Amino acid sequence: MREKLIYALGIVAALYLVRNLYVMLLQLPDELAQGPIYRIFYFHLPGYFTGATCFFLGGVFSILYLVTRKWKWDSLAVSVTEVGLPFAAMNLITGMIWGRIIWGIWWTWDPRLTAALISALIYAGYLMLRKAIPDPTERAKNSAVMAIFAFTSVIFTYKSNEWFRTQHPAPVLSLRTGGGTIEPAMEWMLFHNWMALLMLAALFIAIRWNQEERRREIESLRREALAY
Amino acid sequence: MLRAAGVWRFFGDFPALRDVSLEAGPGDCVALLGPNGAGKTTLLKLLARLATPQKGTLTLPPRERTGYLGHGLGLYEEFSARENLRFWSELYGAPPALVDAWLERVDLSHVANAPVRQFSRGMRQRVALGRAFLHQPDLLLLDEPFTGLDERSVSLLQQVLRETLERKGTIILSSHQIPEVMALATKVIRLDRGRLQ
Amino acid sequence: MIAQLWRIARKDLHSELRTKEALNAALSLTVVLLLLFSFAFDPVADEGKQWSGGLLWLVYSFAGALIVNRGFARELTNDCLEALRASPVSASALFMGKTLAAFLILLGVELIALIPFSVFYDAGFGGHWATLAAVLALTTWGVTVVGTMFSALTVNLHLRELMLPVLVYPMLIPALVAAIEITRGLISGTAFDPVWFRLLISFDIIFTALALMLAEVVLVE
Repeated sequence: MREKLIYALGIVAALYLVRNLYVMLLQLPDELAQGPIYRIFYFHLPGYFTGATCFFLGGVFSILYLVTRKWKWDSLAVSVTEVGLPFAAMNLITGMIWGRIIWGIWWTWDPRLTAALISALIYAGYLMLRKAIPDPTERAKNSAVMAIFAFTSVIFTYKSNEWFRTQHPAPVLSLRTGGGTIEPAMEWMLFHNWMALLMLAALFIAIRWNQEERRREIESLRREALAY
Repeated sequence: MLRAAGVWRFFGDFPALRDVSLEAGPGDCVALLGPNGAGKTTLLKLLARLATPQKGTLTLPPRERTGYLGHGLGLYEEFSARENLRFWSELYGAPPALVDAWLERVDLSHVANAPVRQFSRGMRQRVALGRAFLHQPDLLLLDEPFTGLDERSVSLLQQVLRETLERKGTIILSSHQIPEVMALATKVIRLDRGRLQ
Repeated sequence: MIAQLWRIARKDLHSELRTKEALNAALSLTVVLLLLFSFAFDPVADEGKQWSGGLLWLVYSFAGALIVNRGFARELTNDCLEALRASPVSASALFMGKTLAAFLILLGVELIALIPFSVFYDAGFGGHWATLAAVLALTTWGVTVVGTMFSALTVNLHLRELMLPVLVYPMLIPALVAAIEITRGLISGTAFDPVWFRLLISFDIIFTALALMLAEVVLVE
């Protein structure tokens, strides 16, 4: 039953994404100042939101693990973080491509970009830490603590636009600016694509979570077999 | 004084201790026996508050009234015997005079200021025993304390254990050396694959 | 709690002053790196004043990694960490005591290193000793608090010496960047944005609070 749901989710996500791509590439007009490259924004911002949501959930699940000590939260925490990292990478790479076209440079050491890169590095470190600890309880506990520390970097990235003078473009969503900074059709597209990416993320998380639970089972069976 | 009720301890999904219960009071000396891997060290660690059980309850005396001697000696190589014991006794709130008294008793006063790094194994064991015992704990937890001890240290340890029992303290110790332990034990507990026999 | 904290800190300081393991390594590395860089770039020219502050903190962070690595690693021989955890010392006192010791040791190395730095790099700090002291103290505390926490997290790992810097440096970047900007301002005589000090102070407060809350979790199995 669970597998059928996963397949269904996969198909819906794929269809949604295809529909979005169609609208994005063929129906929406070009943006005035930027030309066609602006469409990458439809992956850049939703990619960031999805990644940040995953990391946020990672922090929440880590705290839940520490409080309840139930393994399911640990499995969820690693699944969610592992899926979040590629979306954070998507955010960085689409940003770099846009920067190359618009500013002429692949990278600049401005606060927001630096913070986003550091965040990704920290979470990559989280995954490295997990791989390095053989004992399951210690692994779950220590990586949960690291996830809590790591989440400060996500908050820092989000706030870096506010706290420091930055080259990165200012917010355009109506939520932040009260309207008038972005064409409604574009804002809707942004939302649609974010939903599509979230569905993809949910799909990957479901698959990874399943895999993690199996892995845990095998690990404990192996330990039991070798114990005596 | 000390009580474990329905304690389970898991490593991942693997149960190292299954439904273990035990009770011990003043003057009790509990011998913890069983093959390697049975869970003796795990149980002692739980009693020393080094780990918490996933299921079950533990009622234990406070840390200041507990002494623990695990597999490692718990001594700093770069410090002298006296400095080591001073450090540990301060943490437990024991008066510094006890340190010199102990060093005198175990015949190490003449090397008390030499770094532990230079000590022989037997000498280190005598210092380590002081670390666990100096503050006159109500509960003494020892993990295979007789292993690798020389004759002199064996009788020292037995003396220390007897004194603790006379003071109405409680001792829980695991061992493979049955004769030394049986002389003192008031209770025997056997563990196999995490379960009480 | 303070008494136990101080006993732990004193023990660590005592141990370090006696063996000088981390001290020697950190001091030599710092001086050697400063020397090497002065060959690679011309530090006395005017542009030197722009980047020498950055170099100083880079070198300090290498020294810092060596020092915090010793933090919990020094307790591994003879299972001293186990004995400490079984003792009445609370996890937070143990943690903060070690952080304090690492802080004082690193600060000592930094102060000593200022001498060759000022000489090789012709760096004056414009007489703003209070500001210099503040940036040194705040940043060093941030480095040691986060570093000691990660030292505890990685204490049992085989590749601890490699993993600790890899995990810790990204977390320290905000504090290091702030320190670099402030120091650059001091050396080149230009004003710096007060936001950097705010960043340092928030960094210290947030991570000290997190570490205090989570110390128990990390140290109990």
